[in-house]
Amino acid sequence: MRGATHVKWAAAAAAVALTATACGGGSDSGGGGGGDGSGVVRSSWGDPQNPLEPANTNEVQGGKVLDMIFRGLKRYNPKTGAAEDMLAEKIETSDQMNYTITVKDGWTFSNGEKVTAKSFVDAWNYGASLKNNQKNAYFFGYIDGYDKVHPDSGSQSADTLSGLKVTGDNTFTVKLNQKFSTWPDTLGYAAFAPLPKAFFDDHDAWVSKPIGNGPYTVDSYQKGSQMSLRKWDDYPGDDKAENGGVDLKVYTDNNTAYTDLTAGNLDLVDDVPAAQLKNVQNDLDGRYINTPAGIIQTLAFPFYDSDWNKADSDKVRKGLSMAINRKQITETIFAKTRTPATDWTSPVLGEEGGYKSGLCGEFCDYNPTEAKKLVAEGGGLPGGQVTIGYNADTGSHKEWVDAVCNSINNALGNDKACVGSPTGTFADFRNKITDKKMTGPFRAGWQMDYPLIQNFLQPLYYTNASSNDGHWSNKEFDSLVDKANAEADTATAVKTFQQAQEVVRDNMAAIPLWYQNGSAGYSDKVSNVALNPFSVPVYNEIKVN
Amino acid sequence: MGRYVIRRLLQMIPVFIGATLLIFLMVNVMGDPIAGLCGDRACDPATEAQLKSEFGLDKPVWQQYLTYMGNVFTGDFGTAFNGQKVTELMSTAFPVTIRLTIVAILFEIVVGISLGVITGLRRGRPIDTTVLLLTLVVISIPTFVTGLVLQLLLGVEWGWINPAVSTEAPFSELIVPGLVLASVSLAYVTRLTRTSIAENRRADYVRTAIAKGLPRRRVITRHLLRNSLIPVVTFIGADVGALMGGAIVTERIFNIHGVGYQLYQGILRQNTQTVVGFVTILVLVFLAVNLIVDLLYAVLDPRIRYA
Repeated sequence: MRGATHVKWAAAAAAVALTATACGGGSDSGGGGGGDGSGVVRSSWGDPQNPLEPANTNEVQGGKVLDMIFRGLKRYNPKTGAAEDMLAEKIETSDQMNYTITVKDGWTFSNGEKVTAKSFVDAWNYGASLKNNQKNAYFFGYIDGYDKVHPDSGSQSADTLSGLKVTGDNTFTVKLNQKFSTWPDTLGYAAFAPLPKAFFDDHDAWVSKPIGNGPYTVDSYQKGSQMSLRKWDDYPGDDKAENGGVDLKVYTDNNTAYTDLTAGNLDLVDDVPAAQLKNVQNDLDGRYINTPAGIIQTLAFPFYDSDWNKADSDKVRKGLSMAINRKQITETIFAKTRTPATDWTSPVLGEEGGYKSGLCGEFCDYNPTEAKKLVAEGGGLPGGQVTIGYNADTGSHKEWVDAVCNSINNALGNDKACVGSPTGTFADFRNKITDKKMTGPFRAGWQMDYPLIQNFLQPLYYTNASSNDGHWSNKEFDSLVDKANAEADTATAVKTFQQAQEVVRDNMAAIPLWYQNGSAGYSDKVSNVALNPFSVPVYNEIKVN
Repeated sequence: MGRYVIRRLLQMIPVFIGATLLIFLMVNVMGDPIAGLCGDRACDPATEAQLKSEFGLDKPVWQQYLTYMGNVFTGDFGTAFNGQKVTELMSTAFPVTIRLTIVAILFEIVVGISLGVITGLRRGRPIDTTVLLLTLVVISIPTFVTGLVLQLLLGVEWGWINPAVSTEAPFSELIVPGLVLASVSLAYVTRLTRTSIAENRRADYVRTAIAKGLPRRRVITRHLLRNSLIPVVTFIGADVGALMGGAIVTERIFNIHGVGYQLYQGILRQNTQTVVGFVTILVLVFLAVNLIVDLLYAVLDPRIRYA
């Protein structure tokens, strides 16, 4: 897309003009209502990639809707990210493997149907079952019987998870296939939401107008263009909507959405275009938030390639890590919407959750002399050059890959030490990774599923784990993760996970680059805007002035 | 005439099959689309296999193409990855794009031809030079610059229009986007008409008409313009197809949920069904418009006969 970059430049120029004339925009056409909590928030949206089923939505756009119309057993505190009981009365276990869950009484779906233990069990069975093509099915992989309803190959031999049993109106038991002490904290993810009977009885009707148990109901939904959500007055929870509703409008381009925001036709844009980041403070008069999200960007290595898996290769990897000037890149290219990473998790976990600033130590500090020395000690770069693989179609990856390469070239004093290696589309990039065709380090981004340190380590670095794209394998790491999962005490579990993370550091299994922030701009008609750790706006708390 | 039309219609069949096959292969070369559906992680193999068989991606390409064409002839254009029928996407996208194209074509015809006639008749005068310069400026500025500047000036600075078009996209909201979309072609139409008029003004039949003592107005509209329009009609006809398929940039700038936007989304998500379906329809539109243009020649110039 040559045109796209041109658009960006033009937009940047346009935005400069905007700042120069200090245009705030927006005096006409309010959301209506006023300060009485009945005003409607107009927010930008993108077309969800998959049908809007809880276990089939794995990106932010669909996630926004699910966050408004569903409440699960737990909910992640929008500020701290801590998993707090929502519909769960209590979740008990004595062996970290068998759990008894009691659902709170008094909750209903917006069509009046009661939320019972069965609503959860049916929904989870649906999500796990292979024949339903749910992309988040792996979430149920810890529940006993998953290999029967969702085998790796061949057809399924069971329709329901044997580990789930309804034991009463409001109680059910869960048997896991391994010890997993922090498992209850994963239950805040949308995939674990309960589903009403209407979902199973008339699936097409439900998908075209979803019914849930959250603070909003879907008023109308025109696929691909707009969804109107309205406050559900009888919502039984404490986190009632503080506005009259939310209109999600699909925009063809985030630049257009941003322009519409500055013109006063939109209240909230949660995807500020990169080219506008420099002007956003002025354009919006400070109505801009930039908060950490549970996303970390790393460079993974192809450990299946013998050149990258020699005895001394870790020194080369450490050297490369030290050759990257993270601070400069995050400031100049990302306008501080990224923070240099100093461990392999994310600040949203908090210190109690396992985030440990500086765990990476000197290996994440920019130090050209030491970098050069380490690379030389490790036997030099394989083939004399590293290529950094990335996909060129989204996310302006080219800019930062080129910057990282420049930084490496400067540090090593070799103009040809590092080059970017673009792949046309994201799907093709993923194909190359899955087919083990990468020959050098490649871009790896990780967006957490739930705010647990386990989620930043096990899926990425455990032997043969689902997202272990580099196929790194280390016995010591594996056994530490197993030990942490079996640990009943959360604090001890977190400590053990941190020890496992030190193993990742000592081997430099992946180079941590930076933590990604979520950013959003809003109009002067709304206030109390915040993003949760998943970079989804906390819609129910937004007030319309 | 009838036989000519039938022959042309028959010729469309190989063109249609060739075009769809090429598009199908091109989208296919981009690789496996399923891998892009699971975000920054590998899809679990079982779900991936299941999805592939559902979309028929596990079969060889020729078989996929045959199945697809078989379905197309029964009116089934397949399903996009988000679960929507492609025909449903078309029914929302095409009306919007057709409205946008109509606005653009009207601009081309009304403004473009009028300016062309005026300048053609006043060759070398100040108005001619001014318009020529203006068209040069319009042609040399890319559409996205015109689009973004107009959006910023009219939408944000002066507040005359909404910078983004609403979902319903009525004609009134499409005037500025239509003008932007038409701008470059409009300049070409002006220049084409101008040259053509200037050339025919010296033709024998025009001199005869003037010598007969016909009123100037009648000479221009009935004799001069009618003959001069042939190259212009060819250009505008070919432009209909180009405008419909080429509105990607304009549609993205002004938030118009039309064909260009759906194609862009389809390509980004490597959605074979959407891309091939939409392009197939565009190919048909292109073929039909070309036929109509050829038939219009006979209307404009009685010397042209089809047998």
